[in-house]
Parts: sequence; C-alpha cells; structure tokens
Amino acid sequence: MEFGLSESQEFLKDSAREFFAGECPSAEMRRLMETDTAYDAALWSKITEQGYTGVIFPEAYGGVGLGKFELMLLMEEAGRALLPGPFFSTVVLAGSVLEAVGSPAHQNKYLAPICRGEVRATVAFVEAGASWNPRDVQLSATNGKLTGEKFFVTDAAIADFLVVVARNGVFVVDSKARGLKISPMSAMDLTRKLYVVEFKNTPVEKIGSGTDLPRALDIATAALAAELVGGMQRTLEATVEYAKTRKQFGKPIGMFQAVQHQCADMYLETESSRSAVYYAGWALEENSPDAATAVSIAKMYASDAARTVGNRGIQVHGGMGFTWENDLHLYYRRAKASETAFGDATFHRERIARLVVDEGVVSAKHA
Amino acid sequence: MDLKLSLEELQFRDELRAWLGANLPRDWGEWREKPIEESFSYLRAWQRKLHEGRWAAVSWPKEYGGRSATLTQQAIFWEEMAQVEAPPMANTLGLGLIGPTIIAHGTEAQKKRFIPKILSAEEIWCQGFSEPNAGSDLASLQTEARLDGDHYVVNGQKVWTSFGWVGDWCELVVRTDPNAPKHKGLTVLLIDMRSPGVEVRPLRQMTGESEFNEMFFHDVRVPAENVLGAVNDGWNVAVSTLMYERGSFGARLHPLFKRNISRLIELSRKFHKNGHAAAQDPLSRQKLAQCYAEIEIMRLNQLRAFSRITATGAPGPEGSIQKIFWSELNQRLQQIAQEMFGAYGQLLGGDSHAVDKGIWSYGYLRTRGNTIEAGTSEVQRSIIGHFVLGLPKSY
Repeated sequence: MEFGLSESQEFLKDSAREFFAGECPSAEMRRLMETDTAYDAALWSKITEQGYTGVIFPEAYGGVGLGKFELMLLMEEAGRALLPGPFFSTVVLAGSVLEAVGSPAHQNKYLAPICRGEVRATVAFVEAGASWNPRDVQLSATNGKLTGEKFFVTDAAIADFLVVVARNGVFVVDSKARGLKISPMSAMDLTRKLYVVEFKNTPVEKIGSGTDLPRALDIATAALAAELVGGMQRTLEATVEYAKTRKQFGKPIGMFQAVQHQCADMYLETESSRSAVYYAGWALEENSPDAATAVSIAKMYASDAARTVGNRGIQVHGGMGFTWENDLHLYYRRAKASETAFGDATFHRERIARLVVDEGVVSAKHA
Repeated sequence: MDLKLSLEELQFRDELRAWLGANLPRDWGEWREKPIEESFSYLRAWQRKLHEGRWAAVSWPKEYGGRSATLTQQAIFWEEMAQVEAPPMANTLGLGLIGPTIIAHGTEAQKKRFIPKILSAEEIWCQGFSEPNAGSDLASLQTEARLDGDHYVVNGQKVWTSFGWVGDWCELVVRTDPNAPKHKGLTVLLIDMRSPGVEVRPLRQMTGESEFNEMFFHDVRVPAENVLGAVNDGWNVAVSTLMYERGSFGARLHPLFKRNISRLIELSRKFHKNGHAAAQDPLSRQKLAQCYAEIEIMRLNQLRAFSRITATGAPGPEGSIQKIFWSELNQRLQQIAQEMFGAYGQLLGGDSHAVDKGIWSYGYLRTRGNTIEAGTSEVQRSIIGHFVLGLPKSY
C-alpha cells in the first residue's frame, strides 16, 4: 500500500503547476475575470496542447486515458492558479457526463471534439430550487423538445453545446438552437461565470438515461474539491509568507502565537482536505464500494475547510487581506461558489448519513 | 498511489489472523471491566504469549525480536487487534516508545540487557519527562543528576507518569549540566525503579482514577553505564521518543474511534431526539456524518503520513497534525454522544441506567486529557508553525 504520488504522478502535478503559473499568472487571471466569459482562445489551445482537454478520456476519442486520481492532481493545480474559463465545465463536467451516459456514436460526436479542444460545453442541472439532488430535477422533454429554466449553469455563454439533465434522460442542446436564451447571473466568483438558461420548445437530442449520472457527478464533485485544495494551498502559502515578512511591534507577526496557530490550523485543514480528495480520486478510479461516501467526505470537508482557510488567511493579512488588489478574496469568492456547487457540506453530510447510518456502507478499510 | 494491500501485506494479515484465531484468550470479557491493578498480570501473560508468537513488537527490527513490519503492516496489526477486541499489552510504553528509543540510541550492552525483558513484559517501563514546573516547556526541567565516581546521583520530582505504580524501569530525563543552555544540558538515564530513594505516589485525575503517578527521587544512585545516548544530548533522545508518541499513535486509535462511531450509530436508533429516533433526526444525522467523515480523514491522514515517513525514514513534525486531529476529534465524538444521550449521558458505570456501563460518561471526562497529554494542542500548533511552516519560533 502506498498513499503517495508515483514518479509519473509527481511529474504530471509539477508540470501542471509550471504550466498554469506560466500561462495563467495572476495578472492574466485578473484580465480574464474582467471579461464577459473569462474565456481566452489562445489559453484554451495551449491547454489542449498539454493534453488536458482529454486527460481522463479514452484514447479512442482522442483522450490521454489517465485515471481519476490524476484528474485530482491536475484540478488541484488548476485551483492553485485559480484558472478562469470553462475547463471544469467542458472537460470535467460535460466530458464526464458524456462518457458516462452517451453511446459510442455520441462520444464520437460530442466527447471527441472536447478532447481535441475544438468545443466548449457545460452541464445544466440545477433548477430554481437550487437543489443538487437528482430527484428534484423537474424539467422533462416532450417530443424531443424542452421548455423550462436551468439555474447556476457554469460557462453557458461560451459553450458550443449544453448537456441538460431532465427527468426523462440526459439531452444535448446546441447553443444556437431555437428558443434557447442564456442570461448571465451576477455572482461572487468572477473567474467562473454563472448563467440562467431558458428553453422554449427547444429541440434537444437524447443521449442517454440518468442511471449512470451519479458516477459522473461524483467525478465532477471530487474534482471540484481537488480544485478547492489547490486554492487552500495557495492561500496558506501566501499567508505564511506574509506572516514571515510583515512586522509589527518590531517582530514578524508570524512570531505571535495568535497568528501562528491560525497558520497551523490552515495547514491542518488543507492537508486533511487533500487526504480526503486523493482518497476520493483513488476510490473512483478503483470503483471501490465506498467511492460515493469518499466523494461526499471530500466535498463536505473541503467545502467547509476552504471557507475557513480563506477566513483565516484574510484575517492574518489584516488590512491587506481586505483589499481588492490582494488575490486572497478571489480565492475566497471561488471557494464560496464551489462550496454550494454539487451540494454544500450539509447536503453531503446528509448523503453520508444515508450511506453509513441508514445503509451501513462502511469504509473499504484495506480493500 | 495504490491503496490495495500488497501480497506481503495480505500474508502478514492472514498470518496474524490465523495466530489470533488459535491464541486469542476467550475470557478477556471477564477481566476488562476490572481495575487495571487487578488485570495487570493478565495483560502481562497476554503480552508474553504475543511475544512467543513474535507479535509483541511487530515494528521492531527482526534482530531485536520484532518483524521489521512496515508502517502499513503496523496499521494492519492494530486494526486486526481491534477487530477481535484483543486485550491491550502490559508494557505499552516499553513497546511503543522506550524500546524504539533504546534501539535507536542505546549501546549494544543496553539493548541486550533491556530489550528482551521489554518484549516479554518481565520489566514494565514508565517515562519520567514532565515535572511540576516543566510541562510544555519540557527542556526547562530541573531534576538533576550529578556525577559521583561511576554513578549519577539523581534528585528531583516527576509528574504525570503513566504506569509509574507498576514500573520496573524508567526512561528519565535529567539535567546534567546546569550551566549549559537549557536544551544542551539534559541527559536520559535508565533508572531501576527499585533503587533506594525512588518514591511513587498515585495522582488522582478528574475521572476519579489514578492512571498517573508522581515520582520523587532522593539521592538515587544510577550507574553511569545507564546513560542512554550521549551525556548532555538527552534532548535529542527525548524528542525521538516524543516523535514515536505522536507519529504512530493515530494508527492505534483509529480502529477504536471507528468502533465508537459504529456503536454511536447503533445507539442513534434507540435514543430519541425531537420526537423521533436520533437516527432520523436531521441535526443528529449531520453530526454523526461529520464525525464519521472526520474519523475516516484521520485514517487517510495517517496513511499519507506513513508514506512520507517511509520516504524520509523517520517520523517528522507533521505527526503534530495527527496529535491535534485525533485528540480534538475524540472530544467532538464524546460531545455528540452526550448530546444524543441527554440526561443519561452523565450516569457513571455503577449506575444501572448508565449507557454502555458508563464508558461514555467516562470517555467524556477522560478525553479532556487528550488535548493535554503527549503535548498540548497549543504546543503542537507551535511545532507546526515553526518546524513545518518555517515561522519564527514563538516561545
């Protein structure tokens, strides 16, 4: 048993960190967040050249065929850079759903262009009730047409097509389809835009049933938690650096235990989130019987920890932490968006309770 | 990253299972409720049996009677022991902390003299570290040892000594150079607790029992050959003991925590909250799930730490995360239990209405000590701040 990265996993993580730091430094991230879609075509083609757009998908569709654990490492580094734009929506979310529910023909048609970096996509799931429970989905297609609204859809304005989850299946909608209206929501996180999507007799193509949806959503949920870990790591490092250099009363403030212990707690919360996320990635890859529990544990813990780590980081930075020019609030905003996406901590605790209190699915231990 | 057990790990587990199947005593249930003073000889006999099967100290090198078990194998060991509800071993500190320290720092003669009897539970060990005026600031300790010919003469007082009442030997940290900076004048001595001038008194704790002792040393003569490590290098020797304490303890505790949360989930079907079983009460469900998740994360943190230790060769200051995590989690677990039991939570073991014969009311009080013993949470956070994050030393 080995709970650490192999050489090739280390390499993937290091090169992703280098890539995002080089191609999307803070200044570029800030430039993109001020645009309408936070999307940049040049950055997208570089991401494609890295193979990231096909990272977990089969080579048959132009993917790289890496595992879910590797996806966690990549997302951790994307989160560290606060990567703006539709990478998560397109690759992790839409890609995973297409792979899980679509036929080979659908995958050639929709997944392969994602892998090749030719299209952007997203998934429309949540409705006005803002629930991530699949049972609360109300929209239903009739005669190949959809009418109704989806809320909190990420990156919809830049998507070439949308994958829509309805009561009677999973559908693909072309972004130019008639009766489709996409309106921006004004939300805290500026790096990942949210939209309301309205359908009015919009023609849709059914690609599968919702039966295999939970696993795809679990992959996206774990990946989002991994992204939170990267953001926490960056916040921790910036805060420790600040505590070492900022002086008050003639001493670095990191010398005061009230400050130092905040940093220690940030470290504990970040590392514990990372342990949970890595295990979730491994459990998904291995189809471990406790994979769903592991994903909920990771999302629950990371959702709360990212907010707490952000709070502590801003507090330690004092007035500087409250300024627009410091990046901390941008991570804090992302943490809020990701906290609620795919179910917040309360949602996942209830899911854990259903699995371990009601059904007694305990951890795999040494599987 | 591969969390499946390897062939060797599976073999280790199966060999242990087979051994336990043949050798696990069946009458532990009759003994476990008794005070440890009464059951101690039972625990000694159980450890002797484990030692005969070479299971008493699996982590120790083969040449010293262990199995050179990897950290994963050690985790398997504690999990299997917990699963069959095996009795604990008598020589907890000797096996877990002091033996490894002697193996790391001792002379060949010391290893030959002490190691076999630690394994067989013939000699029980205790640990003389804390003093009334040296708790978190251990290096300021004042118990002194002066060289007199080929003996050291020890004077002073130690406190919070586990197993002091039954200890045959003690790993004692003393000051040998009062003029050196506080970390540089310490030495570790191995002391025969039957030496003239050693006095042990029980220390009654808030649970009502006396798990710990106070020890007094009046002109106790200790042969100079019983110095462990180098003279005035006692800080490094003591710190390595503390690292063993913080590094691997979590692996031993995890199976017990897991059992506690499973029991609590069971009890949540019986106790009522807000008009229905706690298992159906939304708030209780949230709390149980949070606790279950944190116990799982404690396991995962431990496995990750093990992989790091395997890569670097020794437990490091990251062990402090584990210490904070398990001690504070154990308090939260007990709090959730108390909230579930309501008025019944306060009933002690002797009361016929007590939940699970009082283990929860005891646990509620006992876990107050968790964030203090083996280094307070505050000290652990300072260790992380300075030694892990590189912040300036705050003390």
